[in-house]
Amino acid sequence: MKSITAENIKRNYGKVEALIDISFDVNKGEIFGIIGPDGAGKTTLFRILTTLLLPDSGSATVDGFDVIKDYKSIRKNVGYMPGRFSLYQDLTVEENLKIFASVFETTLEENYHIIKDIYQHIEPFNKRRAAALSGGMKQKLALCCALIHKPSVLFLDEPTTGIDPVSRKELWVMLKNLKQLGITILVSTPYMDEASLCDRIALIQKGKFLNIDSPKNIVEQFQKKMWGIKSKNMSKLLNDLRANPEVNTCYAFGETHHVTLLNEKFTIDNVKKYIENKGHNDVSITEIAPTIEDCFIELAKEK
Amino acid sequence: MLKFLLEKEFKQFFRNRFLPRLVVIFPFVALLIFPLVANFEIKNINLSIIDNDKSSYSQSLIQKIQSSGYFRITDVSETYDGALKNIEINEADIIIEIPNNFEKDLVNEKFARVMISANAVSGVKAGLGGSYLANILNDYSSVVREKWIDQSKNKISIPHLEIVPQFRFNPTLEYKIFMIPALMVMVLSMICGFLPALNIVGEKENGTIEQMNVTPVKKFTLILSKLIPYWIIGFVVLTICFGVARVVYGLIPVGSILTIYLCASVFVLAYSGFGLVISNYAKTVQQAMFMMFFFVMTFVFMSGLYTPVANMPEWAQLLSNYSPLKYIIQVLRLVYLKGSGITDLLIPFLALCGFALFFNSWAIYSYRKNS
Repeated sequence: MKSITAENIKRNYGKVEALIDISFDVNKGEIFGIIGPDGAGKTTLFRILTTLLLPDSGSATVDGFDVIKDYKSIRKNVGYMPGRFSLYQDLTVEENLKIFASVFETTLEENYHIIKDIYQHIEPFNKRRAAALSGGMKQKLALCCALIHKPSVLFLDEPTTGIDPVSRKELWVMLKNLKQLGITILVSTPYMDEASLCDRIALIQKGKFLNIDSPKNIVEQFQKKMWGIKSKNMSKLLNDLRANPEVNTCYAFGETHHVTLLNEKFTIDNVKKYIENKGHNDVSITEIAPTIEDCFIELAKEK
Repeated sequence: MLKFLLEKEFKQFFRNRFLPRLVVIFPFVALLIFPLVANFEIKNINLSIIDNDKSSYSQSLIQKIQSSGYFRITDVSETYDGALKNIEINEADIIIEIPNNFEKDLVNEKFARVMISANAVSGVKAGLGGSYLANILNDYSSVVREKWIDQSKNKISIPHLEIVPQFRFNPTLEYKIFMIPALMVMVLSMICGFLPALNIVGEKENGTIEQMNVTPVKKFTLILSKLIPYWIIGFVVLTICFGVARVVYGLIPVGSILTIYLCASVFVLAYSGFGLVISNYAKTVQQAMFMMFFFVMTFVFMSGLYTPVANMPEWAQLLSNYSPLKYIIQVLRLVYLKGSGITDLLIPFLALCGFALFFNSWAIYSYRKNS
């Protein structure tokens, strides 16, 4: 049985089309990533699947229950962690956990084994109010609260936004462990580098999925050769490369510019000559493996 | 589940640095200060006198005015224009001008005129001051008349009516006694109406309500968990009000205090329910604040708190039936001053029950866990 299915989901906010025809499904025990920039429709999709928002058309099921008809069953069986920290800031860590355990009619002790690994990080701060926790700890607490009732599907809306790199890594380790318990995880993120940590991903832009596949396959589908180009004057280099009609795409990516060419006739040697003619020193050109981000940019361009 | 939710509400309430203090301080301040400030008895009216006659009669009239205690003679002018200047610079509120032949006219013609002009920028001061003065003049004229009758040794008595009003249930027509029960209602409605409305909207703004909405908590349970705390707070506030009224003003209800508690508990339920309805429609605390202000103001002015309902135009009288405040103010005034029991108050009591049922059903109906 699929954990999540969605068929032709549409949702508008007034005239703004937030989701246009979204269809996908998630297997049981899978970590499925929704990857896309801010405003792409990630949160809207999460709110529909967690029964907080009704779709204009289309249908979806979570854990076999329809999001419109059986919303009550869904609320019992899913855990949701909104993008914004939304626990009670004026209650302590322990009190927040107890409140959420009680509204799901369970107790902290009953499902302690599920949250144990995560809870151990914040247990020393049990008596501290949630407002006084650091960003990473708030996120761990929110995750504990979302897991306290042993959900079969976990929805995490941008769990790593605004979190330091160490906490981000820790969080992904935790998600892998939860997967071992058989919990299906739907996670959204604007960070492309996190995509490779998912089993499968959907790239979303402007309310549409660009592609759904495993991160490996998405990268393999990338047709063109990708070049990393460096020189002393990087900003001039970016402008010069973009000015060349033979250059397909050119984006600044940290230390190098990622460049693809329109066709293979205009070889990379021609590019090198072109750059040197423009007066650049210390030019280095290497072939590199495309990243998910490169794929995203390429796919977004095609649409 | 409800138990835990209530525990949470109370913890949050007491951890708030501001709210618990407000709940205690507000009734004190309201009952200690408002009755003294919102007083329709006016004293120290600044009076400017123009005595053109300077006779023994005019002198005794001025003395009478002075000894009434309501007026402060701030100026004695020669001319009316001079006195008017004093009004312009705000040193006088009322001018009284005694004409040239006051004594002569009074003795010869048995008739004299006195002019009173009042600065009506402050309507209450002018109106009340004018009528105080008129009363003093009336009094004065009857004293003069009686003196003459005595002098003439004429035994013909002039018939006159003496009016001695008796104010039942408030013999001294003490304004405070009348206002305090109504002020208690004001305090109660401010605290029990605003707090629950702002509570839910606050949770909306913080996003905490969204997290709650994805849980299996029932609407009814959630609304109840918001309602009960303010219901209890209502009782605390009311008890403080009773205490202040008793200790400071020596005001003890003639009727049973239990009758008040009973009606007030229904009123608080109705009013908190109303607050919850507002909170369901408002998206931000700001919106909820303004909506509450709008309705609370309307309810207060329609309730007969300041002006009797019977004075209102007919359409407003009809409208006032929809102000829950009207009924609870009725209850408090009647029990406090007249000692009415629950059987006398059946109509307001049932009306309050109706409001409670209506607003709370609406609150549960309009609360949406999804959109």
